[in-house]
Amino acid sequence: MLLQAIAFWVFATVTVASAAMVVTSRNPVYSVLFLILAFFNTAALFVLIGAEFIAMILIIVYVGAVAVLFLFVVMMLDINLTKLREGFLEYLPVGVMIGAALLAEILFALGVLWGRSDTMAALSGAGPHIAAVDNTRAIGRVLYTQYFYLFQVAGVVLLVAMIGAIVLTLRRRPGVRRQRIAEQLYRPKDQVVTTVKVPTGGGVS
Amino acid sequence: MIGLGHYLGLAAVLFTFGILGIFLNRKNVIVILMCVELMLLAVNINLVAFSVFQGNIVGQVFAMLVLTVAAAEAAIGLAILVVFFRNRGSIEVEDISAMKG
Repeated sequence: MLLQAIAFWVFATVTVASAAMVVTSRNPVYSVLFLILAFFNTAALFVLIGAEFIAMILIIVYVGAVAVLFLFVVMMLDINLTKLREGFLEYLPVGVMIGAALLAEILFALGVLWGRSDTMAALSGAGPHIAAVDNTRAIGRVLYTQYFYLFQVAGVVLLVAMIGAIVLTLRRRPGVRRQRIAEQLYRPKDQVVTTVKVPTGGGVS
Repeated sequence: MIGLGHYLGLAAVLFTFGILGIFLNRKNVIVILMCVELMLLAVNINLVAFSVFQGNIVGQVFAMLVLTVAAAEAAIGLAILVVFFRNRGSIEVEDISAMKG
């Protein structure tokens, strides 16, 4: 239990610190790298409470796909970094004020600040119980039966996102030679092929 | 003993950092998108923590759905960003005013 508590505090601290670095970092590339660090530590936190499947999906989807996509776009766009940082200090007081107010409200609603201590006990139910089947199997049993339509809707969302991204970023450049397969296939034979009778020793002119 | 409250507190702090980042980086759309990802991560922590501590697996199914939507949102958002950069040559939020919204 002590080991679990130590692990939680380490991972939570690193997550919060890297989230802070995402927000305040000077270079967007560093922001993406700290975002990856935050995702990894959150995955470790999920493993800690026994949600291994979500943890692995988090690493595969977020680190493997989303963060790399961010990194790719950040490096592809040639942006002026100093110009983007203008107004950072100007917005700092109001941002911190709103953030602090929001955090205080959320913690108050949870009953952490000045709250009744029984709020959390009522929320947390029976506490973490040892499941009869492992996490992945339990998710699969629900996901492919009861929530099968939800699963398919998720697939449709990804398909629409894929088509949308391709349509948005595809551009036809003029002056590029490319193969037109339909034209090649529909050429009539008598326009393309000619039969020549070659005399012996004469060759083809 | 690490309980539900610790996880919810962590999620609250992460969510606040996401909001703070949107306020601080008013010009950089890429960092704003990253802050949205942070906020979705906080939501996922909430869902998974409740799912585990209440012994109900449905929260993790919804967390996967949130993950899907986050991936789709990142792809579409970055595609729009690339097209915008191609047309305007900058990604400042102030420049995105063609629709007068």
